[in-house]
Amino acid sequence: MPKNTIQILFLLVIAAVLFTGCKKEVEGRTDHTRALQPANIDANAGNWRPILITGPTEFAVAAPIATNSPDYIAQLNEIKSWQANLSSEEKDLVSYWSAGAVLRWNEIMRELVAKYNLAPYQNADGTYPIPSATNPLAYPQFPFANPPYAARAYAYVAAAQYDALVAAWYYKSQYNRAAPYTVDPSIKSLIPTSALPSYPSEDAVVAGVSVELLKLLFPGDQDFIQQKAEEHKRARLIAGANVRSDLEAGDQLGRSVAQKFVIRARGDRAGAAVGNQTLWTQLENDAIARGEIPWISLDAPKRPPMLPGFGKVRTFLFDSLTMVTQVRPGPPPSTNSAQFKKETDEILQFSRNATREQIRIVHFWADGTGTYTPPGHWNAIAAEDFITQNFSEVRWARNIALLNMAMMDAAIACWDAKFTYFNPRPSQVNPQIKTLTGLPNFPAYISGHSTFSAAAATILGHIIPGRASAYTEMANEASISRMYGAIHYRSDCEKGLETGNKVGAFAITRARTDGAE
Amino acid sequence: MKQRYFTLNCCVLLLILLVLQLRLSGQTDIDAIMMEKNAFCVGPMYTHSSWKNYWEGTLKRENLNIGRISTNTYSVMGNYGVTRKLNLLFSLPYIRTKASAGTMKGLNGLQDLSLFAKWRFYQKRKGNGVLSVFGIAGVSLPVSNYVADYLPLSIGLKSKTASARIMGDYLMDKLFVTGSATYVFRSNMEIDRNSYYTTELHLTNKVAMPDAMNFNFRAGYRSFRLIAEAVVNNWTTLGGFDITRNNMPFPSNRMNATTAGVNIKYVIPSLPQLSVVTGGSMTIAGRNMGQSTTVYGSLFYVLDLHREKKSTDQP
Repeated sequence: MPKNTIQILFLLVIAAVLFTGCKKEVEGRTDHTRALQPANIDANAGNWRPILITGPTEFAVAAPIATNSPDYIAQLNEIKSWQANLSSEEKDLVSYWSAGAVLRWNEIMRELVAKYNLAPYQNADGTYPIPSATNPLAYPQFPFANPPYAARAYAYVAAAQYDALVAAWYYKSQYNRAAPYTVDPSIKSLIPTSALPSYPSEDAVVAGVSVELLKLLFPGDQDFIQQKAEEHKRARLIAGANVRSDLEAGDQLGRSVAQKFVIRARGDRAGAAVGNQTLWTQLENDAIARGEIPWISLDAPKRPPMLPGFGKVRTFLFDSLTMVTQVRPGPPPSTNSAQFKKETDEILQFSRNATREQIRIVHFWADGTGTYTPPGHWNAIAAEDFITQNFSEVRWARNIALLNMAMMDAAIACWDAKFTYFNPRPSQVNPQIKTLTGLPNFPAYISGHSTFSAAAATILGHIIPGRASAYTEMANEASISRMYGAIHYRSDCEKGLETGNKVGAFAITRARTDGAE
Repeated sequence: MKQRYFTLNCCVLLLILLVLQLRLSGQTDIDAIMMEKNAFCVGPMYTHSSWKNYWEGTLKRENLNIGRISTNTYSVMGNYGVTRKLNLLFSLPYIRTKASAGTMKGLNGLQDLSLFAKWRFYQKRKGNGVLSVFGIAGVSLPVSNYVADYLPLSIGLKSKTASARIMGDYLMDKLFVTGSATYVFRSNMEIDRNSYYTTELHLTNKVAMPDAMNFNFRAGYRSFRLIAEAVVNNWTTLGGFDITRNNMPFPSNRMNATTAGVNIKYVIPSLPQLSVVTGGSMTIAGRNMGQSTTVYGSLFYVLDLHREKKSTDQP
């Protein structure tokens, strides 16, 4: 028995060692991103063209107190007392936030979108509850952060961060207050030093904007957002990069600029995008009147289409007339046509014969329920490339804003087409078509993934020309993933890419004239 | 008689089919039956399992967009007696899944190869019966690049596992009780997307899989000709997170299930190398899993590879 016991223990130990060896904490790709060290501080960014504010001085920032005043000395001492006794959590905080304010808040937003991207469960009578902004914590929680909602949320936050940073850069230049580690050499800088004036703090600007806008967009998670903002600002103090008055001025500026975007958001018609029974019925009847098979929900119970009024939301990069005359694609193949039948049969073949590699592509790009959505995926792609570019915060914000305004307008253009044409999904016209990802609950034409991806790839290829062909390839793969997944026809994807490219071109036009190039 | 008993009583099956696509746990690795030295028993098995209701976290619900999820499993299993005290076992399932409603396509493929070493390191007469104690070590690993992140229609979780089990058995006048506890180490695994949300956002395609414990209790009648037993099994995931309201399941969910079932094995009188095994189970409690009902049937055939050596390892 002792011998056997030893043998069995030996076996068990071997097995345990083999497999616990494979078990490691899983690290995210940006968990240990190095501290942002801009190649160019973009000292003249105060002259860049803002998006919504009338100019960098629309919200005045008061002159800072002198760096030899007792108040300022007290603020330096606050930093010194933090630095005198740093815990490992505090060091981690500095390291995390040093990767960049725009980067980290973009990631936080993606996390919120993923958390809230859940379609409401039906009521007992088969109708569906609609999330309410006035009661965000009651089920269904507000918002349902679906792709159009997410695209718009990303765009507002990014655009507001950009405007507020343009203003911040203007005042930095005007007041030219040096960073605490420059004023007092006994203060260590825990992050790379910079010649950029520290008042108002660009980090606090980004935090202030984000807190204010996320209150509107994700009202159920204010504690979480507030905590992130506090940690962000504390990290800047601990790092020796800002004194409290830098942070307070930045925070105030960020909040003021954000308010202007809040007002725009309240009036951009997104609030009415859910529609009502009258609209839903009318969309169906209009399609029938045109002689087409109307889209019908394949959810059980039947769910009203997702945000049928989103195509009417106010765009950032072009006006509503341009939308109709220049951006909106022509109609899809008639549901009675041979072309339509041919395209449906093609999808049946994809459904039946999916290869493992095709399934991988479907799932890589699906970005469905419980994810940060396709616009979130493109933010991830952009952010991870921007990290390698050593942009200043203001250039980060400008590029992220261009990307997200393009994707919001792509969402609007795409939803405009979907609800102009209201055409059915492949599985509706041929129930033999089984899908390899969730079937979205809105009309097929044009593909949202294709539109988002082409818009994103177009503007990103302008921002980082060396990656342009890689972005195009990614967009093409995202697009065809919807055919492999058997949820879109070829026309949806091709016209989606075409429409997305048009929207992306408007973003390039803006990029060329905003003063940053 | 005693010798034949051990030779033929191979492969009584227990099914811990954890049907939200947890793998079929190896079968004979969790009962107290040992193969004779150099005997090899092998056979096919068919399992059908399905569920309509599932636990979304702790909330039991149905989902009209998937209807009933059914899983058909075709396995081959075998058990080789290295000695009467040490057996090696394997199983390899091919799995096909299907949803009765909605548009989602089912998947199919070869899942995980399981290997077990089962060691009876203690056997003594106690009172009027015989007490045996076993140590069992197992590993499983995916044999195909199947899709794990497509629950509830994926065929497995794709994690490599290693398990360590302690098991006791008491047999008295053909009545027996067997109990075991298993710790299952599960390796991290990779999915097709490079970001996912659990209770926070992860920017990676790697998924940390929580380990699990399995507790098994079985009791019944065991003779040369017939085995009939009732089984209660509990699978408890040590960590993981709950499916949020109306969300999709994810491989690293906290999947728990308690099942109750019966197994019957009958040795064909005219052909004692051949046995027929059948049984079924129901899920009586769960978390982040389907409430599955499972039935299975199997044939096992015993090959005596070195008959002449059989007597060398008598107790």
